[in-house]
Amino acid sequence: MPQITRRSLAAATAVLLGATALTACGSDSGGEAGAESGPVELTYWAWAPGMDKVAALWNAQHPEVKVTVQKQASGDDLVTKIITAAKAHKGPDLVQAEYQALPTLVSNDALADIAKEVQGVEKQFAPGVWQQTTLGGDAVYALPQDSGPLMFFYRQDLFEEYGLTVPTTWDEFAETARALKKKAPKKALTTFSANDSGLFAGLSQQAGAQWWTFEGDNWKVGIDDDATRKVTDFWGGLVAEGAIDNQPMYTPAWNKALNTGEQLAWVSAVWAPGTLGTAAPDTKGKWAMAPLPQWNKGENATGSWGGSSTAVTSDSKHKEAAARFATWLNTDPEALAALVKESGIYPAATAAQTSGALAKAPDYFANQPDFYTRAAEIAKTTAPAAWGPNVNVAYTAFKDEFGKAAKARTEAAFGAALTKLQDTTVADLEKQGFGVAK
Amino acid sequence: MTQPPKGARRSYGVKTAPYGFLLPAALLFLLFFALPIGYALWLSVHKVEIKGLGLGKGAKSEVWAGLENYGSALADPEFLGSALRVLGYGALVVPVMLGLALLFALLLDSERVRGRSFARLAIFLPYAVPGVIAAVLWGFLYLPDVSPFHFLLEKAGLPQPDLMDGGPLYLAMSNIAVWGGTGFNMIVIYTSLRALPTEVFEAAKLDGCSELQIALRIKIPMVMPSLVLTFFFSIIATLQVFNEPMTLKPLTNGIPSTWSPLMKVYNDAFTGGNIYAASATAVVLALATFALSFALLRISNRRTTQGAGR
Repeated sequence: MPQITRRSLAAATAVLLGATALTACGSDSGGEAGAESGPVELTYWAWAPGMDKVAALWNAQHPEVKVTVQKQASGDDLVTKIITAAKAHKGPDLVQAEYQALPTLVSNDALADIAKEVQGVEKQFAPGVWQQTTLGGDAVYALPQDSGPLMFFYRQDLFEEYGLTVPTTWDEFAETARALKKKAPKKALTTFSANDSGLFAGLSQQAGAQWWTFEGDNWKVGIDDDATRKVTDFWGGLVAEGAIDNQPMYTPAWNKALNTGEQLAWVSAVWAPGTLGTAAPDTKGKWAMAPLPQWNKGENATGSWGGSSTAVTSDSKHKEAAARFATWLNTDPEALAALVKESGIYPAATAAQTSGALAKAPDYFANQPDFYTRAAEIAKTTAPAAWGPNVNVAYTAFKDEFGKAAKARTEAAFGAALTKLQDTTVADLEKQGFGVAK
Repeated sequence: MTQPPKGARRSYGVKTAPYGFLLPAALLFLLFFALPIGYALWLSVHKVEIKGLGLGKGAKSEVWAGLENYGSALADPEFLGSALRVLGYGALVVPVMLGLALLFALLLDSERVRGRSFARLAIFLPYAVPGVIAAVLWGFLYLPDVSPFHFLLEKAGLPQPDLMDGGPLYLAMSNIAVWGGTGFNMIVIYTSLRALPTEVFEAAKLDGCSELQIALRIKIPMVMPSLVLTFFFSIIATLQVFNEPMTLKPLTNGIPSTWSPLMKVYNDAFTGGNIYAASATAVVLALATFALSFALLRISNRRTTQGAGR
């Protein structure tokens, strides 16, 4: 084919190059434009609803630093996007990230250490929450935004009807489940769900588990430790004897079970009123909240399920300004009040948990006017959580292995699932090349 | 390469014009097809090396891995398991779906049928429902606690099978594919049935051939090429099944995160964060699909050219 001349090839190349040059210009202009003149421009990737309104408050008070909120994705999807953007050095200045995603982001070099910029902020948060942003070291990779202390939610009316008492220990919890089965064989106190690893992680934290820790240059995985094994045996035992259900949460069947009173209780976090509102709208006002049952009488601890933080990226050209915004967003009373109102979050800052913004109980729990006062008491007792660089792998393995165990309905299967969970997590770390302590 | 003489500008323009017209398509092909495939190949022979805790700057670096990723992809029991599951699923889906599609096409093509266009539309309609939505709808119908079928079975005092687990899960999953795919395949076969010359059937009828015999002896052999085509599409779609199991997964304990090969690729890439291993698995899957399709095509080509006798 002699007719493909150099000229047409050159033209084609020119078009291609031109196109890349154009896109390059297009995406560059965002972050750095205001560096020399005018206000500092910051972009913030977040998914909390109404975050743009909260940022507007900041923008009105701080004309020198303008924050633009962009809703790219949420949760794990956003983690993938942030890592991709960090590789291309086209990341935003600030990101919202769930606590368990922080080590993954740090290990991909996506987050900046802002320990110097946020000195003195630490005391505004519960130690168990704060620890998640430092990964247990000296660096600070994010500021806590919201937290999800675990609690016990139950149908007050049905508990009275069946003569059940609200359990304060896990032993009592098991007794309550058995008592209910005896009185109403078709009903169940709750279910063991294998499709959300966060709840299981939170329950293990309460028992004292530290799933990822590090010493020197080595990660130590403690998933198959005494604390987590205690939690596994407890729930596995309840499923095996048929005292509770074994089907996953967040399915149409689960919604129906809550809405019709087939399930009487749910171990969940402070954000449960929102979920219950959509899952079980007919039972509004019939639920009540109590502290999470304890392993031993007189103890006072809870774990956390969910919650997110604000982090500054390693690509940010304005780390100091970004850290200033993050501090304002998560500690300033006005900002926190706006976050509660616009985004419906439960703030991690302890002062805000008892502030005016949370004076009124959520609508769904209108029958329990002191909902947030009690929640703040419980939040103080949050046990520390420790996350590692492959939480996602462990979470997926949890769903697969504990799904199998829940299906098998035997205690042995639950024990085997926990062993497999530990092995899979360690094997993945080793395969990736992380230092792993034996 | 000979340079055209200077006076021949016009003919030069005419001769290059086809390439000019090809350019947009070629560019798009390069940018959105060849380039991503090349990148996936490049990724599949690399890996990330991590030092110590893997925290902070410079702790991760991309290094050459050779065929290591391919080795571990092929040796991975999860991958083999997912491939076997999908083959089992395909063994159910493909014959049932194509059998139904052929049956419906022949019925619609027969002379005595009434309400033809309505029936055609009704059979085709499920194909227009996106796979994810179909899976959600069927998922609701399968879940014992909310399913109307289970409600009726309970009223009638009959046993209620759990369709979201074990063996019945394959039936449940196949059912979604058959429901959604039959219409499309039926249209393909039906269209080629309508294109057949009618003289052949008239001659057969004069010879005393029944409708059934016409269908079996004349129509089916003559539409064999479209059967092969639909068979192909179905095999490829089966190997790439992703939407249905992914959508049903949160509803049950019975579907692991690596149920199908593509779910394994997705899982490696986006929850495990290992795009290198995922690329290698994807390449293996693509090669397997290619080899399988090509082998089947060779076999069926030989058959159809002999059988159709055209």
